[in-house]
Amino acid sequence: MSVIRLKTPLGDDILDLHAGDRVELSGTIYTARDEAHMRMMEEKIPFDPKGAIIFHCGPVVSDGRVVAAGPTTSARMNSLCGFLLDAGVKAFIGKGGMSGDVSSLMRGRAVYLAYTGGCAALAASRMKLNGVYFEDLGMAEAIWEIEVDNLPLTVAMDAHGGDLYSEIMDSAQKSFRSTFCPG
Amino acid sequence: MYSVLCQILYPQNPVQWKNILQGEYHCINWIKSVNISAVIPMLRKKVADAAEKAIREAEIKLPVDFIRAFEKTMARETREIAKSEYSNIVENIRQAEKLGLPLCQDTGLHIFYVTIPPEVPFTEDIFLGIRDGVERATESIPLRPNAVDPLTRHNTGNNLGIETPSIHVSPGKKFTITAMPKGGGSENMSRMAMFLPSEAGKIKEFVAETMLISGGRPCPPVVLGVGIGGTFDSVTAFAKEALLEPVDEMTGYEQEICDAVNNLGIGPMGLGGDTTCIAVKVKKGHCHTASLPVAVNVQCWACRRATVEVEL
Repeated sequence: MSVIRLKTPLGDDILDLHAGDRVELSGTIYTARDEAHMRMMEEKIPFDPKGAIIFHCGPVVSDGRVVAAGPTTSARMNSLCGFLLDAGVKAFIGKGGMSGDVSSLMRGRAVYLAYTGGCAALAASRMKLNGVYFEDLGMAEAIWEIEVDNLPLTVAMDAHGGDLYSEIMDSAQKSFRSTFCPG
Repeated sequence: MYSVLCQILYPQNPVQWKNILQGEYHCINWIKSVNISAVIPMLRKKVADAAEKAIREAEIKLPVDFIRAFEKTMARETREIAKSEYSNIVENIRQAEKLGLPLCQDTGLHIFYVTIPPEVPFTEDIFLGIRDGVERATESIPLRPNAVDPLTRHNTGNNLGIETPSIHVSPGKKFTITAMPKGGGSENMSRMAMFLPSEAGKIKEFVAETMLISGGRPCPPVVLGVGIGGTFDSVTAFAKEALLEPVDEMTGYEQEICDAVNNLGIGPMGLGGDTTCIAVKVKKGHCHTASLPVAVNVQCWACRRATVEVEL
């Protein structure tokens, strides 16, 4: 399968991506979990959100370097991400996908990129730490500005309503019913 | 000598001292520690050293039996997206070992299984030593501080807290500490239920349903620890202890449950595929004639555990 290369800040070329595409991403990303989203809503987004990428991640950081940085469950941010899309954020990176509501909000303007859950050492080996915001929220919840080099990702939700997760889960439901609840 | 002691302690209750003689290891060890055992110098520090070592090994390198089972599972996968998820996982396992970094940023909440031989006194030093080991490992590896108060959500900062790490002790030939750091994502998807004695046939469905509810959230491909029998509390312990068993072998029953889960097609990370479950491990215990407790402990692909012998 061919790999599409992406660079930040993202532009409208992300509209050409389709659920199932493989991409490799280079450039700047910002980590944010629940607390950081709430703080950004209360105060302001501490970086330029135009074409930016939010990484749902609480990394382990030590001595100015990223030690481990895999994705966290994105669904926790379902109700917290609308303002970021309105501000120009063009992609989320995380695991497990986001809700149908978020998929609607992303239509025509953003994509969801899946990074393999748990692959924190691989991510860390391709990351350079560039800064931090809201450090008082603690290591996991602060916003870390990170430069990534060829991070391997899968387009799991595209900007046209395509959603790999819901496709797979619909078919899992059917398979479960036919095995355990026949007739 | 014990029997004399027990008769002194429980003169009116021969059943109780008989139980102590037959099975109540802790009590016997208490008696031994009070009466006959030698004090082991620096026991707390020795335990801390072993615990820290076990945590480090578990966080950075996956067990050999797991790697064998994982490779077998990966070889069966046919879906392209799933294959690229596997190649990320393989590269991650390689990088973690090469760089000496934790496999996953969720370095887990800490669980320990300790075996104590007869010559080691069962004292508080064992518990304190393990806590020291966790605190040190949090700094030295480093680990993400994950332990928080359940209601205020205040983070203790050192992975220690009330009743955490949880420490399970049993008698053994060697003095060993097994570290099992457990991630939150997969633990969150774990379930238990009380079935009717006539419903043993529903266990497979319950396990498959657990993964149907979970989807990609527990980071599949998973290992599923299934506890069957016992009581409300012990069945969940069985489910977790099942994860300590070698995952590169399954009984026919375990394989049958594993196949049912894989039929769902959830695949690595919920992105679809032939392989959702690497192995199912069942641990059972006798239960009340009116009961059939069942528990499923979901373990993500980072099936972390390591055993270290305490050097005395």
